[in-house]
Amino acid sequence: MSLDFKPGAFNDFFRDETFREDFTYRNSPQNIRRFPFPFDRDDYMYSVNMEPHVPGRKGTAFEHILDVDEHYVSEMIDRAKVLADDPLRCQSLPHMTLAGWDLLELIMEAKARDYPEWFSLERNGNRWRWVNRPLGIDHSFTFLDESTLPYGPFEYITRQTQGDFSLQDERDGTLWMDAGMVTSQADWSLDFDVGMNFHEWHAPVPLAHEKGVFDRALKFLLKLQHGAPVRRFNWTMTVNPLLDTAPETYPKWGPTKTSLTQENLGRKQHLRVELQSLYRLPRSNAIAFDIRCYLASFDEIVTVPKWGRRLHRVIRDLPEELATYKGFIRNRDAMVSWLAKYDDGAPTSPGWWPDE
Amino acid sequence: MTLTPVAPTIRSRPVYAALEPWPGRLHLIIADGEGADAVIGMLVKANNRSEILSATHVMYTPGPNGTDLSSKLEALGAAQFFRAPTIPALLPRLQRVLSDAHMGTQFYLAGTEGLIGQAEREIMATGFPFAAIQKEHRGSTVRRVQCVHCKGITENVSTNPFKCSHCGLNLFVRDHYSRRQAAFQGVNIDAEDPGEVPESVVRFK
Ligand code: HEM
Repeated sequence: MSLDFKPGAFNDFFRDETFREDFTYRNSPQNIRRFPFPFDRDDYMYSVNMEPHVPGRKGTAFEHILDVDEHYVSEMIDRAKVLADDPLRCQSLPHMTLAGWDLLELIMEAKARDYPEWFSLERNGNRWRWVNRPLGIDHSFTFLDESTLPYGPFEYITRQTQGDFSLQDERDGTLWMDAGMVTSQADWSLDFDVGMNFHEWHAPVPLAHEKGVFDRALKFLLKLQHGAPVRRFNWTMTVNPLLDTAPETYPKWGPTKTSLTQENLGRKQHLRVELQSLYRLPRSNAIAFDIRCYLASFDEIVTVPKWGRRLHRVIRDLPEELATYKGFIRNRDAMVSWLAKYDDGAPTSPGWWPDE
Repeated sequence: MTLTPVAPTIRSRPVYAALEPWPGRLHLIIADGEGADAVIGMLVKANNRSEILSATHVMYTPGPNGTDLSSKLEALGAAQFFRAPTIPALLPRLQRVLSDAHMGTQFYLAGTEGLIGQAEREIMATGFPFAAIQKEHRGSTVRRVQCVHCKGITENVSTNPFKCSHCGLNLFVRDHYSRRQAAFQGVNIDAEDPGEVPESVVRFK
């Protein structure tokens, strides 16, 4: 038994593209409009930026709690390749199996409810039938019986879901990252961090500890209730639409940071946005963390004039510690000169939406 | 010689404090190098020293800098004393002893971070609570480092950067520390500009 994708259906919607080698990833014009641009003002600093994760505007990345977009099938193929190269990118400590089932249920229910044309779930007691049409999967299995799936429940469902995921066990007044599927990360190692607590895995982040951001964020998360998920944004910069910027493979992709010129920057430099959402799980009481990565090239971003202006100001004025930590200090000046052409100094409207 | 000072650093880095004699049914002492002095210092503070020693198992190995205080420790007269030539040679015995250690056991770890980290990992794996484990860092500050690229661990790293003993990449030693790996993290320092490796400086002695 395995999880062989048989994609091919719906090719009028799901793009056939790559996140490696020839990098054919692009956003369609419609998809640019729904890009979750993360800046609601012209400057940026760390804060406890959390809000209820409720379904949002139609036609945006917030319409459903789990966004499935035109990159879905290609992202899942990319994830399978990353895992074939390095199975340590998915790990689950033994006590996290129940949380894996919780997550599987959450994802299957949400997708079947919100995208009935692509996914369906039939439940007959513990006998479940899951159909994932874009990936060509039709499986019947027994809920809570691992032997009926080709992988553990956590790996099984996250191989079919865009976004990295980690599962946090709650003990001793903190959260422990005891499982993860991490193939589209902004340069952190699951293999190194698995088993750490909230303050330990956040240790490398500058400035935020001193500002009390992590103490307040943890306090907030410990009160998270089942059925009331929350979300926040994070962002960074990536050269080429490379989903898998892992520390493990940094010697391979690090040199691309030196390849930017004013001519190719608009095409190569990507704003990388993480739409992160957090769910309390019902049986295990664990917290699932979904880190959904969206990539848009600078060329694509500046097709929305408000975003071009604002990105220029944010990057220009970002504190040096953040540009260093996020790994783009060496290219910041080049980005700012490139973006300056798209900033006429006009005021920007509040909020992140494009102006109509 | 006292507690090795650890510069204030990031939150994944373990913290250490002087060992204190705590009441327990069994006292497991695991130490290397100058850690022996921390153990002796702890016993000096105890008013029931002979009672503790009669329920004590000491496992000791010389430090990475060669410091060997085994005769001093053996002379304390603990119920059981064991000297291992190296940390890897000590761990199987520790695992065996842990397999029947019961609640009410006190753990005293003293010496280098490599010894403390690896012993702590074994103890935690058996489910003992953090609270029963005391750690005092003494002696050498050399680091045990995991290469984030090839996953190989290099022991007793004294310079920054250093060459991974497994894959040969030039690694920068971060303060980011994983208790599960019992190691600091090493990241390729010349990934973006291959060949541009800063001169390596002795940072950990
Ligand atoms: C339980 C869920 C969470 C997990 C698993 C998680 C995980 C991580 C990881 C692995 C990193 C990278 C650290 C590194 O450099 O190695 C990170 C960065 C960060 N996290 Fe979290 N995090 C969680 C929740 C939060 C929350 C609720 C906040 C709210 C303030 C937060 C704020 C940050 C910030 C500000 C950074 C730095 C990001 C950057 O500048 O690129 N995290 N997080």
